[in-house]
Amino acid sequence: MILEGRQLSIGYQDRVVGSGLDVQLANGEVLALLGPNGGGKTTLLKTLLGLLAPRAGEVRLGGAALSSRTVRERARLIAYVPQTHVATFAFSVEAVVLMGRTAHGDLFARPTSDDRRVAAQMLDRLGIAALAQRPYTMISGGERQLVLLARALAQEPQFIVLDEPTANLDFGNQGKVMREIRALAASGLGVLFTTHDPNHALRAADRAYLLRGGERIAEGPVQEILTRERLEALYGAPVHMITDASGTAFVPG
Amino acid sequence: MYLRAGIDSLLRMNHTRSAVPGFAIAVAVLIAGLLLALTVGRYPVSLGDLFSVLYAKAAGHRPDVAPAVESVIWQVRGPRVIAAMLVGAALAVAGTAFQGLFRNPLVSPDILGASSGAALGAVIGIYLSFSVFAIQAIAFLGGLIAVGVVYAIGASVRSRDPILVLVLTGVVVGSLFGAGVGLVKYLADPYNQLPAMTFWLLGSLSATGTSDLLPLFGPVAAGAAVLIALRWRMNVMSLPEEEARALGVATGPLRIAIVAAATLVTSASVATAGIIGWVGLVVPHLARSLVGPDFARLLPAAAILGGGYLLLIDTLARTMAQVEIPLGILTAVIGTPFFIWLLASVQKNWS
Repeated sequence: MILEGRQLSIGYQDRVVGSGLDVQLANGEVLALLGPNGGGKTTLLKTLLGLLAPRAGEVRLGGAALSSRTVRERARLIAYVPQTHVATFAFSVEAVVLMGRTAHGDLFARPTSDDRRVAAQMLDRLGIAALAQRPYTMISGGERQLVLLARALAQEPQFIVLDEPTANLDFGNQGKVMREIRALAASGLGVLFTTHDPNHALRAADRAYLLRGGERIAEGPVQEILTRERLEALYGAPVHMITDASGTAFVPG
Repeated sequence: MYLRAGIDSLLRMNHTRSAVPGFAIAVAVLIAGLLLALTVGRYPVSLGDLFSVLYAKAAGHRPDVAPAVESVIWQVRGPRVIAAMLVGAALAVAGTAFQGLFRNPLVSPDILGASSGAALGAVIGIYLSFSVFAIQAIAFLGGLIAVGVVYAIGASVRSRDPILVLVLTGVVVGSLFGAGVGLVKYLADPYNQLPAMTFWLLGSLSATGTSDLLPLFGPVAAGAAVLIALRWRMNVMSLPEEEARALGVATGPLRIAIVAAATLVTSASVATAGIIGWVGLVVPHLARSLVGPDFARLLPAAAILGGGYLLLIDTLARTMAQVEIPLGILTAVIGTPFFIWLLASVQKNWS
């Protein structure tokens, strides 16, 4: 299955953020979206999720227009992992993950034993089964990110879209989330994530998509696309590249 | 494998059972409220007499108590007790729904102007010397109009934060309707109509008779049934809009359904009992501390607890002093310190 945006103009009712954007993402592939603040990353993400209507162009999913599918059908195909936020109500972690099953039941459906099994399985998969009964408000930021990821997995989607999954995470948890992203792709999911760190793209993504001022600067395999010159052009700031036997890393200059 | 499954089911049992003590407390409050409300008062009825009257009614023969006792229970206190339970449950369920929908534990059922709209309707009804039934109908209509206006303005103002716009519009429209109430009171006959208006606006169940129960029960049952049917989706509706949609919920139609149902029950209870503030704010919190935030359990628990809570308040209102104390005053005396405490403790959690 392929998720793609064709000649997208993205933006809000009062302003266009970007135009002429083509994006493609296939199952089993990881695409990283990079660019400076205000460059249109989140807007593009929301447009591809169907949360924001494109101003022009079309988002297609599995050969059909995304807008032709109901909200519920979409949720069974694409899952969204938002940036972690402070929740208003102290739902248990299990209840939060169970919300991922919403699109699998009808309007009045209570969670079935099957839903509970899937939720438990996803908590297990991410190694946070022990948190199941803890209030979502009382766990760490890194744990919350994993819970939201478990909720997205519980949707049993084809694609997962993550908005800055490593923001607000400590070094160790950043690594853990990157590993999980690779594992998701290995299990056949198409993954799209935004990040401020080119090293994360280098490590976890197959392809990178560089977005600045609502325009695509470059797109392609991470090893080819992520060069010092391109990153300097992308962020308008000096970048150093460090290379040794184990690989390459970028540091802001 | 079997051991694992066994442990899982045990854990799950434990998990579902953890709500049982909370529900038991809510039911206990309701039963205590019922017993107190039926027995305490200017004409005290003993528990024994109460049970023999109830038993006789169930068995279909005449009880061996004084006829006055029977009439106090069935004609005087019965309708009032049922009305108090329905109004308390209605306000608590509406408050729970609004708090979830607006993702804010500090909102209450009158947030969208339902109460002030219903109040304006009722004082206009009293001013025009309508019949009691017509006053209820016009109060109800006023509540629906106020929420309709709030919703229409909220929907036409473009904003990134539609919820905030809706709540602020509710405050503004509510104060406009409040000004309308002030105008009608100013114009009203000070000897005849003004006391009726003032009394009604402060909240009271003292005039409730059997004939008031049906117009109260119908809308409350319908609205509460909708909210309770949607309780599994309410969890998702308490998430930010975009998250809820990404999880597969058509938030627009569902929000209208929830607002309409909650307004229906609020207006119906305001039409019957006047403005009784704070119940819809305080009870959802008490219920949440009993059974947790999951709306699947929270809504039924809030309904039970709300019924018991208002029964206790109403009993207090008619027994505390020589004259009846208006309900709205008692609920405010309890609600205000509660709100301040809540504000302090919630901010601690948020930071």
